[in-house]
Amino acid sequence: MSSNQIPIEEGLFTWPSEAPALIGGKCPACGELHFPVQENCPACAGRSVETVHLSRRGTLWTWTVQSFPPPVPPYVGDVERFEPFGVGYIELPEGLYVEARLTESDAAKLRIGMDMEMTAVPFGVDEEGREIMTFAFRPS
Amino acid sequence: MANDIAIIGVGLHPFGRHPGKSAIEMGVHAANEAMADAGVHWSDVQIGYVGSLSVMMPETMVKFLGLTGIPVTKLFNGCATGGNLLLNAANAIRAGQADVGIAIGLDKHPKGAFSAGDSMDSTGLPQWYGETGLTVNPQFFAMKMQRYMHDHGISPETLTRVSQKAFANGALNPAAWRRKSLSAEEIDQSPMVCDPLRKYHFCSPSDGAAAAVVCRADIAHRFGGTPIYLRAGEFRTRNYGSFDVQSPAFSARATPGASTAAATAAFESAGIGPDEIDVVQLQDTEAGHEIMHLAEIGLCAHGEQEAMIRDGATTLDGRLPVNTDGGLLANGEPIGASGLRQVREVCLQLRGDAGPHQVQRQLKTGMTHVYGFPGSSCVPILSR
Repeated sequence: MSSNQIPIEEGLFTWPSEAPALIGGKCPACGELHFPVQENCPACAGRSVETVHLSRRGTLWTWTVQSFPPPVPPYVGDVERFEPFGVGYIELPEGLYVEARLTESDAAKLRIGMDMEMTAVPFGVDEEGREIMTFAFRPS
Repeated sequence: MANDIAIIGVGLHPFGRHPGKSAIEMGVHAANEAMADAGVHWSDVQIGYVGSLSVMMPETMVKFLGLTGIPVTKLFNGCATGGNLLLNAANAIRAGQADVGIAIGLDKHPKGAFSAGDSMDSTGLPQWYGETGLTVNPQFFAMKMQRYMHDHGISPETLTRVSQKAFANGALNPAAWRRKSLSAEEIDQSPMVCDPLRKYHFCSPSDGAAAAVVCRADIAHRFGGTPIYLRAGEFRTRNYGSFDVQSPAFSARATPGASTAAATAAFESAGIGPDEIDVVQLQDTEAGHEIMHLAEIGLCAHGEQEAMIRDGATTLDGRLPVNTDGGLLANGEPIGASGLRQVREVCLQLRGDAGPHQVQRQLKTGMTHVYGFPGSSCVPILSR
């Protein structure tokens, strides 16, 4: 973590932080959570959504490995030196499944139910030389 | 009977890759074939619905069919487009807007996984989601199946049996794109694309068009062909809590998806049960979704597919033939056209006109099913 690092999008996760957390929406009317934050509650259409920090720990609900470079655009990652990456849904204890890149891309090391923890990882560099950070989950 | 709808003609421009031929040319071909099959002339057609992802204004094709001044509307609902074109044409006739209508789907796609394009704005998804490589449909197909196999005891061998069956049916279908049977070894040795799905478990985007002519059931006898009746047709989008393609998150409040909702409503509206379905064409974007959709649309219990597919129930001579023309796996997916290819195939099977891949027994009732981004599904039920 340094001042030379910026989040890929403001309001997506807490940053800068030693223990970054995803920022979700919670509806005070129906109690349902969503991510990322939007203006209306997707469950009951209520319009007074509050922001909450989502759990940093959860379990791997499902996963795959992205073995080929995603179509460009919209993908902005390095295609020339593409490395397969893991993708999964993390089951958070508050009752939300969140999709994320995984730090692990070896299928043999991924299994449903394993403990996972959120982290921020570098994902390219912007025009001013600052490192762009996105969120990922790692086995914990 | 006044409210009933008959499908009196179906047409196809075979799916595949057709360099040098535009989607509109293929759409015109399919429309003309459907009209010839129905025994109607373009001047008999009073309303049209056209669907495409790649063609912004598919109704421009009307000038190649005849400028008769009729209302022609474009609609696009992702992979669910084809079914919804049929439903809209039927509903316009039920509303008294026309006696004879046409639904035409057409598309032409580049090779490779679908791209959301430069901006994510047209998908309702945030830009970071696309930039970081999460907007790739095969990821969803794979992750949903990975979990399904874990929960319901489906084996990788069953995935491969689905692909084998699809390519075997394609080999028998003169209009299919993939016309070569593949062995289990060839499928199992193909590269892993998104674990647990391999190259030959997936369909590819392709080019093509399909069309259907519909009319008031009580006037179907005026035309030449064998009418197939639209017993019901339902279109649904997702409810909160369902697990759908390209979802940054979803709630643990588990909800059946749009496919289940559309199929349940269609059975209720048709007044028949899933046990009365003799043949089905369903969304097999990849082998995993043929397996999952079978249960989602009510044709078996979750987990039952393992034995059902192993025992050959879904083959051409099984008790419930599935994707008899090779499905998306053997035909690819021109998105706007795919659902009408299914409708055409079920009509031909019910009429006994399918050709070398005709199911060799009397079929009375069939259904089709499409599912697509961002969680929408259309299920028509058809019968003789």
